[in-house]
Amino acid sequence: MTDPLHQFQIHVIAPLFSIFGVQFNFTNAALFMLVIVAIICALLYSAFANAELVPSRLQSVGEVWYEFVHNMVRQVMGEDGMKFFPLVFTIFSFVLVANMLGMFPYFFTVTSHVIITAALAVFVILLVITVGIMRHGLGWFRLFVPHGVPLAILPFISAIEVISFLSRPVSLGLRLFGNMLAGHIVLKVFAGFVVSLSALGLTGILGAIFPLGMAVGLTALEFLVAFLQAFVFAILTCVYLNDALHPGH
Amino acid sequence: MEADAAKLIGAGIACIGMGGAGIGVGIIFGNYLTGALRNPSAAPAQFTNALIGAALAEGLGIFSLVIALLLLFT
Repeated sequence: MTDPLHQFQIHVIAPLFSIFGVQFNFTNAALFMLVIVAIICALLYSAFANAELVPSRLQSVGEVWYEFVHNMVRQVMGEDGMKFFPLVFTIFSFVLVANMLGMFPYFFTVTSHVIITAALAVFVILLVITVGIMRHGLGWFRLFVPHGVPLAILPFISAIEVISFLSRPVSLGLRLFGNMLAGHIVLKVFAGFVVSLSALGLTGILGAIFPLGMAVGLTALEFLVAFLQAFVFAILTCVYLNDALHPGH
Repeated sequence: MEADAAKLIGAGIACIGMGGAGIGVGIIFGNYLTGALRNPSAAPAQFTNALIGAALAEGLGIFSLVIALLLLFT
């Protein structure tokens, strides 16, 4: 059976340059990130290039896409959170297109690498801290001191709040990474069952129908997960940014 | 015991944690559905909260999966 982790290997396409002994390469991950950005730009540009009052099919896709994120940001952060709409829209679009592109056979799933999801998550949390301190000064740290807690247990509650805040970037990055990695491994394992069963002769080929059906069902589930994880990443970004804007409990 | 065998057993034990995540996600969506059937008009507004809760519960299960993968492949 082939190795289910083979799909996650990073190949060097073109070596670029090296600084202080660290080699920088143009890899398939970098190539697919460029492809993702190109797809987003091409889709949104062609959707709105000839915008009309009665939208065409492509324009409706662009409008649904835009309004979905718009409503999400407004619902979670309110009117004064709308200046973060471009950021949330960019993150949502990047993760969504990366997840969807990874569903094609032989394509590389960018979000199944922890370095990329961790970079996104750490960026979001650093932005939350920066915005929180810029908007509220040191008063933002009252986020860790909830109102109405008896003084005796306040140190414990504060410690728990600090730990829960620090675990946010870890869980935000690992959730996306783990979901995409696990989903793709499961798909490849079931596809491997089909191959190894059908090598057993006629009975094996008949038996291979079951893992094949399972693989088809799992593919549908993976498309759902691909969308859901992009949505969850974007809405958790909104929720965390809302903590920076309105730190009251 | 061989170190490799202990690693594999540890990876298997770590995956038990994912069962807890499954229970958590089930409770969240089960309770969401219960509430939605009692008051269908309030359901759409709370679907986002259900998804956030499911994502948070699922994230903890993913931690145990990552531990299992680390044990298997490092």
